[in-house]
Amino acid sequence: MSDYSLKEIMNKPERLAPGHRMCAGCGATIAVRAVLRGLHEGDHAVIGNATGCLEVSSYMYPYTAWEDSYIHNAFENAGATLSGVETAYKALKKRGRIPEDVNYKFITFGGDGGTYDIGFQSLSGAMERGHDLVYVCYDNGAYMNTGIQRSSATPMYADTTTTPVGKKSDGKLQGRKDLASIIADHNVAYVAQTTLTSNFIDIHKKSEKAIYTPGASFLNVMAPCPRGWRYDTADIMKICKLAVETCYWPLFEVDHGKWSLNYEPKKKLPIEDFLREQGRFKHLFKPGKEELIAQFQAEVDRRWEELKYKCAQ
Amino acid sequence: MAIRERMSGNEAVAYAIRQVNPDVMPAFPITPSTEIPQMVSTYIANGEMDTEFIPVESEHSSMSATIGAQAAGARSLTATSSAGLALMWEELLLAASNRLPLVLTLVNRTLSGPININCDHSDGMGARDTGWIQIYAENNQEAYDNFIQAYPIAEREGVHLPVMVCQDGFITSHAVENIELLEDEKVKDFVGEYAPEEFLLNPGRPIAVGPYAVSNYVMEAKKNQEIALENAKAVILDVAEKFAKISGRHYGLFEEYRTQDAEMIMLIIGSAAGTAKQAVDELREKGAKVGVLKLRVFRPFPAEEIAQALKNCKIVGIMDRCESYNGNGGPLGSEVTAGLFRYKVMIEAVNYIYGLAGRDFTVEDAKSVFVEMENAIATGVLPKQYQYIGLRSQEAER
Repeated sequence: MSDYSLKEIMNKPERLAPGHRMCAGCGATIAVRAVLRGLHEGDHAVIGNATGCLEVSSYMYPYTAWEDSYIHNAFENAGATLSGVETAYKALKKRGRIPEDVNYKFITFGGDGGTYDIGFQSLSGAMERGHDLVYVCYDNGAYMNTGIQRSSATPMYADTTTTPVGKKSDGKLQGRKDLASIIADHNVAYVAQTTLTSNFIDIHKKSEKAIYTPGASFLNVMAPCPRGWRYDTADIMKICKLAVETCYWPLFEVDHGKWSLNYEPKKKLPIEDFLREQGRFKHLFKPGKEELIAQFQAEVDRRWEELKYKCAQ
Repeated sequence: MAIRERMSGNEAVAYAIRQVNPDVMPAFPITPSTEIPQMVSTYIANGEMDTEFIPVESEHSSMSATIGAQAAGARSLTATSSAGLALMWEELLLAASNRLPLVLTLVNRTLSGPININCDHSDGMGARDTGWIQIYAENNQEAYDNFIQAYPIAEREGVHLPVMVCQDGFITSHAVENIELLEDEKVKDFVGEYAPEEFLLNPGRPIAVGPYAVSNYVMEAKKNQEIALENAKAVILDVAEKFAKISGRHYGLFEEYRTQDAEMIMLIIGSAAGTAKQAVDELREKGAKVGVLKLRVFRPFPAEEIAQALKNCKIVGIMDRCESYNGNGGPLGSEVTAGLFRYKVMIEAVNYIYGLAGRDFTVEDAKSVFVEMENAIATGVLPKQYQYIGLRSQEAER
């Protein structure tokens, strides 16, 4: 996509209208709009959505912010619900009840709660069956809609309301589950991990590829939450950049089983640079907690080496 | 010409599904309904129907995908039993509240624990307040006929609700009986094409399904749903009348068997009604004034019609194939007695729990219920108002 033009892409008609009720500076809506820009003009879409911030804030009866057909069913079943919609499309197309020249694409959004945790089985089933759809996780690393409880996507040592930092607690004990890798092991058509980068080229390319690659695709998009991560709302792009430059959130893709690294920092920044910006890690910078940061760094390094190994194969 | 065959209940329903040839069927196996998706898959594999089958990874996903497909504009269905229905619980509510006219063919089986695969109605009864229309069958013929009537009921304007078509696990689902089938074309004509007004895959007219709603709106949505369920009663009767024209078989909200002059009536659901009818025939030989009211439609609950049907008898034995753990009787017992009170039909009523987890319900058991009711009338002393029959030991009843 050498002809990528940020200006042109940003001028595409929005498919998520303004006026929804998401927080100012929310990473999820930026991610959603970026993903939907991957749709070609003229193509129809049905958008699925797991229960979460995005759902309760974008389709509050009697108003919807979605320009396309949209279905929210429950928290734990976005994968299965869109499986049904996509299969209905096949059935109706086959039976001549949808005109031949009409194209529909199927994209579902879920937070990490609805994707990594409660909706994991439903996602796994949809991926394994190979429905022609894209599941997009907007990963903000905790159950934000219910008030910042830990999820299996929450990073180690994060201060959340169910892993609160206290005299006897340094926050969450476990590292985050590597969902992109788990879905890649389903041997689906396309898996990618991305986030909001300065020119949005990475998320744009991956979204378009995910939408237009036949079969099941999964996008894991890091979408910071200013409330849960406790940073200045205006700093979202800086936070995303640091996540990538420290290799906390590497940009990679797995295209029909082939792993590729999409970006390798010239100089990998220390993890402190990412952690320091966020209130949820404040306790790690108190005297005597140096070892915790060292452990965090060691885990980032281990995963980065493992990823590089996979991508070098 | 009707086709005379021998089939099990599962075969009969699978045959009906083939004839209707719906658009999408997601399903997950569970005893004793497993054969239905198996048979449908075989029909598809052999090119005898072309429904899109989704072999989902759980019943939660089967109902979720059925909802997605139906909302998308496809006529959809699934099949399940017992724990499968329990796992769908949240989705059952969503199917009904999203006003989706989909169909679930339920093969009734007990709920754990202890885990057991045999028939009772605890699965269907557990879902009685999820907003679904529920129709129960006595035998294979009724299971077949009820399925064919399901979509015309569900899809009718003013209803737009999901329908659960229920038959008794093993007793009906696996026992082979004589059956009269309709020709494919007759079934297709009767069921017709699905033509929803609003659906997801409608280019140029996108819709949104499944909103968040604030308190200002939710109560009206619930009331509208309740009105739809009430509307279903007349529609069920209208569809039954039309069905009689193509089949010669007549259905109502319930069936009254030798109740005209009956002093004692047994009110029962499902396959055990056949046993009860046999007991009635034998007792009638001896001059006893006994009859059976077999409930076909449990949701919407025909309280007024039942009260009217019972008003001339002296006592009713209400038979629940389900324990509801409310400490006061089974679900049918509670609803029938509430209905009698509301419509001021002040007859005596006794609630019996029978046949749990496939426990046999014999003609002798049914007769013993009538004998107990007869004694109550004669002596004026009522038996225990809520009791189990067929327990192995009376110890367990203390």
